[in-house]
Amino acid sequence: MLSLIASTISILAAAVTEGEGLKAIGAGLGYGLAAIGPGVGIGIVVGAAIDAMTRQPESAGTARTTMFLGIAFTEALALIGFVVFILLLP
Amino acid sequence: MAIEQDGSDGNHQAPEREVAADIFRRGLIISPFLLVLASVIWGLSGLACGSIALGIVLANFIAGAWIIDWAVKISPQLLMSAVLGGFVLRMGVITGTILPIRNQAWFEIMPFALILIFLHLGLLIWETRYVSATLKYPGLKPRVKRQNRKKSLD
Repeated sequence: MLSLIASTISILAAAVTEGEGLKAIGAGLGYGLAAIGPGVGIGIVVGAAIDAMTRQPESAGTARTTMFLGIAFTEALALIGFVVFILLLP
Repeated sequence: MAIEQDGSDGNHQAPEREVAADIFRRGLIISPFLLVLASVIWGLSGLACGSIALGIVLANFIAGAWIIDWAVKISPQLLMSAVLGGFVLRMGVITGTILPIRNQAWFEIMPFALILIFLHLGLLIWETRYVSATLKYPGLKPRVKRQNRKKSLD
């Protein structure tokens, strides 16, 4: 984790010194904004699945299967945001 | 790989692990085609970056299923925090894996990005066709029984 923070700081510092700081800021903001939607979506999916599991414990397996697929589909948005982040980074 | 499921008492073992293992198997099936395609278009760099993307996608599915299974075994209350925490953790791991190598001379963004996004979505769409929505089989559709039923209908 520390190495991740250190590498991020060094990348941002290099970008600022090369005059491409705005690109780095935009990339970071883009990734952060792109992660908000999946975060909310996963929260809704898991909340609904927990609701279904507690109301009908006999259907917990089906709810978990659907929840897993829903989470994975929602995560695709975050992965797209990550790719855009990598593309935008100077 | 077949996991015994009993929908009558709600004592399911791990349907998401079953689905993730099936996704992993399908990913391994399609991976040679993708890697050959990437290496033909982008050379060895494409092969390396495609392999990294493939590993990230498959490991992401397995880790997601493992986290859900771990949390459900403890309590449903833990599920929300475990899934959201796992999401943040996995995104952090993916970012931490790619950031140090993205400026390497051999790193090609296009094969990495294309395989990462399209393999993730493609495997999910492919797997969704085989997911069962019945209480009796909460994981995957039982193929043998489906074939037998088809034969009996014929």
